Amino acid sequence: MSEANAKSMSIIVTKGSLDWGYPPLILATTAASMGLNVTLFFTFYGLALLKKKLDVQVTPLGNAAMEMPMMGMHMAMPNIIGMIPGVDSMATSMMKNMIKKKGVASLEELRDLAIEAEVRFIVCQMTMDLFEYKQEDMIDGLEYAGAATYIETATQSEINLFI
Amino acid sequence: MSDKTVLDVKGLNCPLPILRAKKAIKDLAAGAILEVQATDPGSVKDFDAFCRQTGNSLLGQQEAGGVYTFQIQKN
Repeated sequence: MSEANAKSMSIIVTKGSLDWGYPPLILATTAASMGLNVTLFFTFYGLALLKKKLDVQVTPLGNAAMEMPMMGMHMAMPNIIGMIPGVDSMATSMMKNMIKKKGVASLEELRDLAIEAEVRFIVCQMTMDLFEYKQEDMIDGLEYAGAATYIETATQSEINLFI
Repeated sequence: MSDKTVLDVKGLNCPLPILRAKKAIKDLAAGAILEVQATDPGSVKDFDAFCRQTGNSLLGQQEAGGVYTFQIQKN
């Protein structure tokens, strides 16, 4: 990591649900392990992934492609079912069980691995203010900054993604 | 004396086999060989790409009974 001539990747992380948390953290940890310098810029709901106490959920609402494997079949959830209180937490625990069973890393584990691999975490200060988040509720080692800091990083990166 | 280190990542899914392998390679001396045992079918393509990108040599890979074995030499 951090070789001067290494390639770089940045990702804007805008989503903070259990399912949307995976792509940026998988790509960040993998790219870092392949020698890239990686920067994650967390904005809006992406900040949910940075809380000390990670408590993210998945919702079937508005997610037409979400189907859970069940007894050899796949079960989709119509929106009207997704609206019932408790369905989100049921879907979340189903997904967490699946994640464990299939040997997929937990989000906490991937986040720890990203930090260990020296992935740079920039947090949108505007979102901190907007949602009234406190720095003490967030994990350590974060850089609080704004769009200009991201843009400067992005101009120096071969890969820039928005998730 | 064998300078082969074995890494068992059976049952782990993407991206853990690659992340664990990277960690194991870091501790090896140049020229040493890491043997990775995985069950993730995606790791076949991924270790190929990982080795190309990191400059390590993928000496060989085999599959037996759903277990994919990779020999990676640290450069």
